[in-house]
Amino acid sequence: MKLLEYQAKEIFRRYDIPTPRSEVAESPKGAREIAERLGPVAIKAQLPVGGRGKAGGIKFAESPEEAEKIAGGLLGSRIKDIEIKKVLVEEKLDIKDELYLGVTVDRKNRCYVVLASSEGGVDIEEVAEETPEKIVKQMIDPLLGIRDYHCRSVAKRLGYSGREMNDLAGFIRKLYRVAFEMDAELTEINPLALTEEGFVAADARLNIDNNALFRHPNIAEIQREGELSEFSAREQEARTLGLTYVELDGDIGIIGNGAGLTMATLDSVTLLGGKPANFLDLGGGASPERIETAVTFVIKDPRVKTVFVNILGGITKCDDTALGIIETRRRLGSEKPIVVRMMGTNEEEGKRLLEEAGIETMDTMEEAAERAVALAGGS
Amino acid sequence: MQGITGSQGRFHTVLMLDFGTKIVTGVTPGRGGETVEGVPVFDTVTEAQQECPADASIMFIPARVALDPALEAIEAGLDPVVIITENIPVRDTMEILSRARLRGTTIVGPNTPGLIKPGASKMGIMPSQVFRRGSVGVVSRSGTLFYEIAAHITRIGLGQSVCVGLGGDPIVGLDFIDVLRWFENDEETQAVALIGEIGGDAEETASVFISQGGFTKPVAAYIAGRAAVPGKRMGHAGAIIQGSAGTAQGKMEALREAGVAIGEQPGDVAKALEEFLG
Repeated sequence: MKLLEYQAKEIFRRYDIPTPRSEVAESPKGAREIAERLGPVAIKAQLPVGGRGKAGGIKFAESPEEAEKIAGGLLGSRIKDIEIKKVLVEEKLDIKDELYLGVTVDRKNRCYVVLASSEGGVDIEEVAEETPEKIVKQMIDPLLGIRDYHCRSVAKRLGYSGREMNDLAGFIRKLYRVAFEMDAELTEINPLALTEEGFVAADARLNIDNNALFRHPNIAEIQREGELSEFSAREQEARTLGLTYVELDGDIGIIGNGAGLTMATLDSVTLLGGKPANFLDLGGGASPERIETAVTFVIKDPRVKTVFVNILGGITKCDDTALGIIETRRRLGSEKPIVVRMMGTNEEEGKRLLEEAGIETMDTMEEAAERAVALAGGS
Repeated sequence: MQGITGSQGRFHTVLMLDFGTKIVTGVTPGRGGETVEGVPVFDTVTEAQQECPADASIMFIPARVALDPALEAIEAGLDPVVIITENIPVRDTMEILSRARLRGTTIVGPNTPGLIKPGASKMGIMPSQVFRRGSVGVVSRSGTLFYEIAAHITRIGLGQSVCVGLGGDPIVGLDFIDVLRWFENDEETQAVALIGEIGGDAEETASVFISQGGFTKPVAAYIAGRAAVPGKRMGHAGAIIQGSAGTAQGKMEALREAGVAIGEQPGDVAKALEEFLG
């Protein structure tokens, strides 16, 4: 789950990480009032996506009137197709230097890694590609945890000594604590600004492991309020129905059981010239009701011309799947063709039921993909 | 079996016993004294090991509380520990894996369908009917896609020696390389089917390993997720393209360069293997 900048900064403050003075504004007037208190400010769109700056989501205001005007322009507009509902009005910092600092999961080493770079305020992935030697990495052994000497080592490798090294080391330690205690997948500060007062988190990003939300009830609360819009409207609806769903931009609805199989189905259809409208993974052991929910959801999507259901039944029973599909057809009375490919537990029974209901079944994934593409009128 | 009294545990106990797996004890704290399908249940792994020592453990434990039983199994010396569970917090998995590494324990998973040796034993949830004893080793990050490809291999007249589900999570106990090393030394395995997907760089590091001569038998691979969108999780927690890293195309390229036969469709893997094995 991706937190917004102001939410991440609230958490940073709880961990004693210095942040600029700031407040959230939801109206142009609100922005002006805050600017009256803070002086020259940055007005920052609050969105769960990166690249705000490049997309014009971060602007500066010298006066409260300007702040009001800029906020007025940002609020209600869209960046990367997400509506800006809040802006963060933040005191403008006098920045001497900009760094990058982050903590993320290192898949290969199966542990948290502290990443740092003297190239702050730029796209870290570009730095990683073009000048990887400028990125400092410190793996943290889960059993040892982060130690002060790890933090000093990172600060030293960034070129700091003496007092500044100690300050930065302290900062790093606090950020790691945020990552660890908040079950972060990623937390980063880009740029981490060096000012007269020391290091300050000019920006803040915190993505929390969805699988750990159960142990962060206050965060889960934010999710329930629907603040976060990293998902499209359709995806959000799917989530409330408990469906694992990703919206794509085509016209062939794809439903499968198992993420790998569903991805492969997407790939097959694409290979044959079709355009998937979505990815929907039923998971294991889906009941007829769950299948009904899933098929209904996909068929109701106005962009979808045909639905392709691909089931390899292990725990999931093919006859159950057939019943779910047939029930959906019956209730919705939809004309949209459904192509089914099923294999595995009770496949004969499943196919028989579908054939009786006039729904096409195919034996192989490739054949079924071809049929679905043909029915959608593409190729 | 840890979590034997849960609905998943019970269900799979039956299937595994049917397959020939020697499930000697079960553990569910608080349910010691019961039996499930004739398997005695204990409160702790220590007790179970005293009564009837097992070599390995399979866990059917809910994600939120999986950390403790995993550590318990590792400490008791069970090896491997197969963790079927999906949705374990990544921080917990990190702890499990680092503990296991210290102890030398092999963790399979999390979020894996498990291990199967057709005709012998199954520590997992895969549907037995699609498998058949043979000489193809299968190593996969996915579940049902792995069954799909295994089914093709069986239908074409070949069979599987041993199949290992690595798991769909971003961090898991085994890598492709770990399993390839094992297959290199396994006389029964004459070729390997490698099933990957977007996210991470396990396929890329496997390619380097193969190129450097770490694995000398023929490999046919299928990588899912060519049509995936960057930044979106495609079902599995580990199936996500980040920036430009972890794309299916990149993985296919890397494997191709290492001499691996790449399938355009899942069915192609069995066909390539048939050519290899004549």
